[in-house]
Parts: sequence; structure tokens; C-alpha cells
Amino acid sequence: MTTSLFIFGATVIDPARRVEGHWNLFVQNGRVAEWTKSKTPPAGARSIDASGLVLTPGWIDMHVHLREPGEEHKEDIVSGARAAAAGGFTSIVAMANTTPTNDNAAVTRFIIDRASHAAVRVYTVGALSKNLAGETLADIGDMAAAGAVAISDDGHNVDNALLMRRALEYARGFHLPVLTHCEESCLCAGTVMHEGAVSTRLGLRGRPSTSEEVIIRRDMALLRDTGGHLHVQHISSALGVAAVRDARAAKLPVTTEVAPHHLFLTDEALAKYDPVFRVNPPLRTAADGAALRAGLRDGTIDVIATDHAPHAITDKHDLPIEQASAGTVGLECALPLCLRLVEEKTLTLAKLIAMVTCNPARILKLPAGTLNIGDVADITLFDPTIAWQIDANKFFSKSRNCMFAGWKVRGQVRYTIVGGNIVHDAHEVTR
Amino acid sequence: MTRARAVPIEKVLMTAQQLARAIHTMARQIAGTCHAEATPLLIVGIHTRGVWLAKRLVERLSGQGVACELGTLDINLYRDDLSEVAHQPVVRRSELPLTLSGRAVVLVDDVLFTGRTARAALDALIDYGRPHYVRFAVLIDRGMRELPIQPDIVGRAVATEPRHNVKVQLVESDGKDQVVLQELR
Amino acid sequence: MSDTTAFQHRHLLSVEDLSKRDVELILETARSMKDISRRDVKKVPALRGKSVMNCFFEASTRTRTSFEIAAKRLSADIVNFAPTQSALTKGESIIDTVRTLYAMQPDMLIVRHHGSGIPLRIAQTLPNVSVVNAGDGMHEHPTQALLDLFTMQEVKGKIKNLRVTLLGDIAHSRVARSNMLLLTKMGARVVVHGPRTLLPYDVEQYGVTVAASVEDAIAEADVIMCLRVQQERLHAFAFPSTREYARYFGLSAARLRATKPDAIVMHPGPVNRGVEIAPEVADGERAVILQQVENGIAVRMAILFLLAGRDTKETV
Repeated sequence: MTTSLFIFGATVIDPARRVEGHWNLFVQNGRVAEWTKSKTPPAGARSIDASGLVLTPGWIDMHVHLREPGEEHKEDIVSGARAAAAGGFTSIVAMANTTPTNDNAAVTRFIIDRASHAAVRVYTVGALSKNLAGETLADIGDMAAAGAVAISDDGHNVDNALLMRRALEYARGFHLPVLTHCEESCLCAGTVMHEGAVSTRLGLRGRPSTSEEVIIRRDMALLRDTGGHLHVQHISSALGVAAVRDARAAKLPVTTEVAPHHLFLTDEALAKYDPVFRVNPPLRTAADGAALRAGLRDGTIDVIATDHAPHAITDKHDLPIEQASAGTVGLECALPLCLRLVEEKTLTLAKLIAMVTCNPARILKLPAGTLNIGDVADITLFDPTIAWQIDANKFFSKSRNCMFAGWKVRGQVRYTIVGGNIVHDAHEVTR
Repeated sequence: MTRARAVPIEKVLMTAQQLARAIHTMARQIAGTCHAEATPLLIVGIHTRGVWLAKRLVERLSGQGVACELGTLDINLYRDDLSEVAHQPVVRRSELPLTLSGRAVVLVDDVLFTGRTARAALDALIDYGRPHYVRFAVLIDRGMRELPIQPDIVGRAVATEPRHNVKVQLVESDGKDQVVLQELR
Repeated sequence: MSDTTAFQHRHLLSVEDLSKRDVELILETARSMKDISRRDVKKVPALRGKSVMNCFFEASTRTRTSFEIAAKRLSADIVNFAPTQSALTKGESIIDTVRTLYAMQPDMLIVRHHGSGIPLRIAQTLPNVSVVNAGDGMHEHPTQALLDLFTMQEVKGKIKNLRVTLLGDIAHSRVARSNMLLLTKMGARVVVHGPRTLLPYDVEQYGVTVAASVEDAIAEADVIMCLRVQQERLHAFAFPSTREYARYFGLSAARLRATKPDAIVMHPGPVNRGVEIAPEVADGERAVILQQVENGIAVRMAILFLLAGRDTKETV
């Protein structure tokens, strides 16, 4: 079924190979066969005219929630993967807070098996603690053997410092990074947004940026003793970025990611109490947004990841904000928002692409993120000029809770190619 | 409730002199027909211009030796057309004795037209108690009643059409005394 | 002088939405309503035929009764919808509940809810209904602030430059927020004080001053408002005990003696006697707490009247 492809006329950006320019690509048997300046397609290859498009290694979203097993009404592996394809992602990394929790090899194997029907590559992250309860270690070794690429209790903070330390040590032995959701539980209990002037005005309980900083610094200190690899998820605050910067200066093995919603929205978005803007960690202030951008620019932040969190209307829109679930879907609107960072000159296009290709691949040791000869042909082709409006009702995702619904944006995926197969073609979409 | 904002044609119905004479006549009629027993006669003006008229009547009557008292009444809480008016009226305070039971009352207004204001005023008065009687005195009766209300004392009766507007102007609120008939085209 | 004016609001959700002119109109209307309430016949037909629904998702007898009396004095039909706490378990849709109420075609909904912003969301969801916020979470309690203002004006005359002190749990108090917004809007000078754990982040954004002690806070006050220590909304660890609270933050008789002799004491109720306010102060002659309650009915009558007769152009 794998046709050969000849993709010509695109501007190619492959930061891992330091490539930025016009190259034509010949894909054969699902792998990168040749980069050429020639415009002649090889015999038998399907030609794709990519003039005006940008060609990059397939984008990787290292933070998504696919809700399967357990909450398939919100999303499942197949629908989430299809949404990812529509968003230009060829690899996604699924968090462990499913029902049952992905804290053992059986669930890990289940997910990997279901993923064989998915449009894009799905990697799993195993839980750090059993049932995400923060009391005992999950079956980290078994999950690693079953294919998990990292461990994380994402969704929950690891409250017990000793458990965190042991997890760092144990995971190190299996060469797994530990991904952390940093929010001090007691400071955050009962809160729904960022603690600031806005939360006071709205009469809503808020959690301070300190709640993120305190855990990052705790984990940095533990990391000093244990070694290994700590990856701070969804960093949201100036204080958080400063902490990671200190860790880098101290040469600790720390990486971090940021989500588009923390870059493009602030706590003011909650002025009408719309639960769609409730997220953990919360939307913070413009000053925090500026610090996150500075972190992107100076390399403190390595990755952009969406934290795609699908929720049903009954869990979100219909409820008072204090009871609504936290999170936003993000797979299908990430690309144009990322391009906005280039437009506002926060990042060059090459640096941006690195944040969604070779950087996450390096952190999770994925066989992806670049297009050397012989590499699997996971490719994202997008048109940076198309203007469109984000319409959540047209999403492939089962859920509609999108913070960016209605936004007018520029830049759209044209083709998503996984292993040489076109899994998303913008012109063939009928929804 | 929109009306074409054409420039109205104005005709003076009563000059200041004629107005003063009408008030004089009304006071005499009140003195002649409205008798009060133990308590003074209560002259109640309906906000806004009815109040000024009532004041003048009280002065006249007192000058004639008739024992009387001034009261004021705001009828905006008793209107039947609240949802139809384009703008919400400001509710003013009513100054009336705590109870009207047994009192002889003369209600005073500037213009009697459909009768709805008078009906509202009667409802309001009765919520203050059970008056001995209520008489109704108006400066101008312009006809075109929509309810069975008739005045007891009239300064002047004028025949009008729907396109007319009768405006009573008083020194206290408008700077001069006169009554004009406006014709809207 | 124009005899009429337009009250442009469809809803009363927040004091922030009211202009000074709106506030003055509400107070003026409330004065007439108070007169009605002192007559023998405490009723006018102004809202006859209108249906008002009390939707109190959070328990309250006083405010609900106040609105009920206000509606009845205007001859409106009023129905109480007061779901028990168990009926609204976690996960039940507030939107769904309100749509059911809406099917009964009320003209006005009076909503109290423990969630901030719920009255706003209800107003956004339902067309052709006026929504009155009777208290939403920690956010606002507009009619309380208006009746407090009415009381202050009644006793003290002018509001401009009036020195008002709010004492207590500012952080969790919707009464405090509405009062701070309204008083500063009308030109009063507001001072706040309480345990530092109960002062909200950036309280200065309201244009108020934070005093260093209770004594400093009330020394020059014309009005001292004591806020209820909200047991049910407390953070953990806000203060060690009610005994300590009373000793260091309560309005005792001794503290009151050191204030201006004509300073008045207010409280939104219900009063925690012996905690934020000493019993003898609450019952004393400087306290106008009962006057607040009486004025509450007049102010709520004014609100219902003005909303019912509003210019219908505005939408949320």
C-alpha cells in the first residue's frame, strides 16, 4: 500500500540536519529515499506539488490525553490520532491518567495494540505511581519493557518527596525520563484559576505561581542527588521558567515544555466565568506570558506540547467553573498558533520546528524528529499563508472544549504523512 | 412609542391672566361644594404640575378662610401602562397623612384626558385609607376619555383631537403661566 | 426638567455595571418604596401579573424572604425554587436546571449560588428574563451593597468623602466586594482591615486603603461595617481560633468607645455574636442592623420595579 512519493517545490526545514531551503523529497517504502534538487519524479512515484508549502519532519506532540481506556465518550485512541493527523502531528505521546490507570504492562500493551489502528504513531507514558495515588511506584520496569517512553503522574502532583526521589532513581535505571506536573497540592486545593488581581475581582479562588515553582525547585534538588532526566510539563509561570533556568545553569538534566494556551491567553480570559478556560496549571498573567516567550527564545524551554485534554460538555460547559474539568483540546489548532510565535518574532521558523520535532524526539528518544536518508517518512506539510477560523464543530476530536474556538488564524496543515502514507489531506476533508 | 419629530404648531389657550382667573373660579367652586367636618380639607396634587396647582388652590382657599391642607401624590406605582412607556418614570415620594380614613379629599391635576391617571390616583388614595369622599378638580378638561371618569371641578373645558397636545405651563416649573395647544403634523 | 429617565439594564448582576446615575435612581426609587412599606396598605399594583422566581441554590432565609416580601409588595407573583443541596450533586448541570425553570416563563429570576459568575452565565443563556444576582460565590451581592448605601445615606446624608471601614474576611466576602465597588464609585473613602490571611490579593485595585490595625481602621470612621467570618468558605488555616479572631479583629465595646461618637455600626447578617462583633455592640444604639433589614426590602422593591419597567434594548 505504500506508494512512492515525490514531493517537490516545498521549503524544507529540518533543524536536526540544519537544513533550511528548497529540496525535493523522494519517499520509497515508507522511508526517506533521496533529497534532490531535480524536478523529475522517479518512475511510479506519486507526485505531490508542494509549491508554497513548508515541509518539516512530522510534528511530535509529547503531551496528549487520549482518554482510552475508560472515557471513550470524550476521545479514544483512534479519534485522538485522527485529530492529531489533522493538526499535522505524526507522533503523539499519551499520558497515563486513563481508567484503569496505565500503571502496568497490560494497560500499556492494550493502548499500544489499539494504536495499531491509529492514523499516527502513538507512544505511551506509564504512570509514576500506582493508580496515580502517589503512594507506591507503578510497574515501571514492566511498562518500559512493554514500550513506555517515559513515566508521569500527569494530572496530579507527586506530593511525597521520597516517592519522587525513588521514582527518579528507579526510572533512571530503565533510561526513562520522568515527566512532572508541578503544582503543590495544598496551595492548589479548591482553586480554579491563577491567584492574582483577576481572581480577586472575579471572586474565584486562585493558586499562586509559587505553587509551580516550589515543586520544580524541590524536584531539581532531588535530581541533584539522583541524576536521571526530569522533564517539567506545561510550564506556566515566570517563576517556573526562572527555576528551570537556574537548573540549566547548575547543569542539571532538566527539560521543559510549554503549551500554546499559556502563551496566548491570560487569566483575563476567565472574566465571563467560561469553564473552557479552566486548566491546570492555570492561565496566568501577561508578565508570565512574556517570561515564557523569553524562555522559548533563550532555549530554557525545549518543547511546545499541547496538553490536549478532551472533555464532554457535561463535564465542562454545563457546570459552574468550580466543578468543571480542567483542560482544552489542542491538537487541531496548534500549528497556526505555533506559527504566530514566528510571526511575532519570538522564534525563528527553524527554532519553532525544532520545538515540535527533534527536541521532543531527543527527550523521549523517539525514532523521529528528522528526515535523514533511511529514516521513516513522517512528514508534515503546511501552508503558512492560509487564513482560516478555528471551528471546534469541525474537529476530528470527539470533544469541542477549545479555548481558541472562533480565533482567526493563519497557517494550515496540507498533508500529514506517516511512514510514507498520507493520513491527512486537507483537500479531501469532508466532516 | 415613536412620533415624528415635526415642529408643532402652538396656540395659546389661556394667558397668565386667564389661568389665574380659572384658578380663582376653581377655588370658589371647591369652597362652595366641598365641605369638611372635623379635619381640614385635603387638597392633593398629582405630580408634577398638579402639585403646583394644588398649592395655589390651598393659598386661595386659606385666604378665603377655608381650613385646608396640601398633599402630593405620585401615581407611577399605580400606572397600568408601565411596559408601554418608552422611558421609565422616576418614582417621586407622595406626601400624605399616614391615613386618609374619614378625610375629605380633592384631587388636583393639570389636564384630564383619557382618565387613566385619575384612575391610578384613586387606587393610590384608597391604599392610604378610606376617604370620606374624593372630588376631582382639573384645570383643563380636554375630553377623549377612555375610562368612565368625570371631573367635579373644571377650570376650562376644551374640545381636542388626537393630534393635539395640551400643555399647561406654570411659573414654578416652566417659568411662565399659560396653557398652549400644540398641533402635531 | 425631564420627568422620565431610562433604567437601561436588563439584569442586575454586578455593581460594576451601574453608573452613578443608576445608583442615584435606585436610591430615589427606594425612598418611595420605603414609604409604601410604612403605610397600612403595604402594597402597590406596579408589578401585577409579573412572575418572579426565587432561585436560591445556596441556602438563605433572610435574603430570600426579603426578596419575597419585596415582590409581593409590588403585587408580583413569586415562586420559591430552593433545591436541596443533595439535589444538585456534583456534576448536575446548572444550565439544565435553569432551562427547566425557564420553561415556566418567569419574568425575573433572582439567583443565589455558591459559584461565582453563575447569575451571569444564566443571564447569557436565557433570553427575555431579567436576572438579579442575590449573591454569587465570593463575587458580588449587589442588592446588599445598595441597601447598605441607602442606610448610610439615610443616617449620614452624603456619601461623598464618607469614611467607611470594612472589617473582617474581605477575601471571601461578596458583600465586601460589592461594597468596595459601590462606595468608591459614589466617592466614599474606604478602609479595610482583617487578618492578613483574609485580605485578597491586590485588594488595593478597588481603590481602598489597608489599615494596619483595627484601631487604625476605625479611628476616623463614620461607618464601621463588620463582615461575618464565613465559616463555610474559609481557607484552611486562616486564623487559629474564633477566640483569637474576636480578640484581635473583633469590634468590641471598648474599641467602639474609641471611635467618633456619631459613627454607626453595620453588619450584613447573620451576626456571629462574640466573634466579629461583640453582642452589646450588635444590640447597641450605634448599630443600624435592623434598619438595614428594613431598607433591604425597600431597595429590592426598587430594583424589581426598575428592572420590570426597563428600556428593553439591552442584552448581556
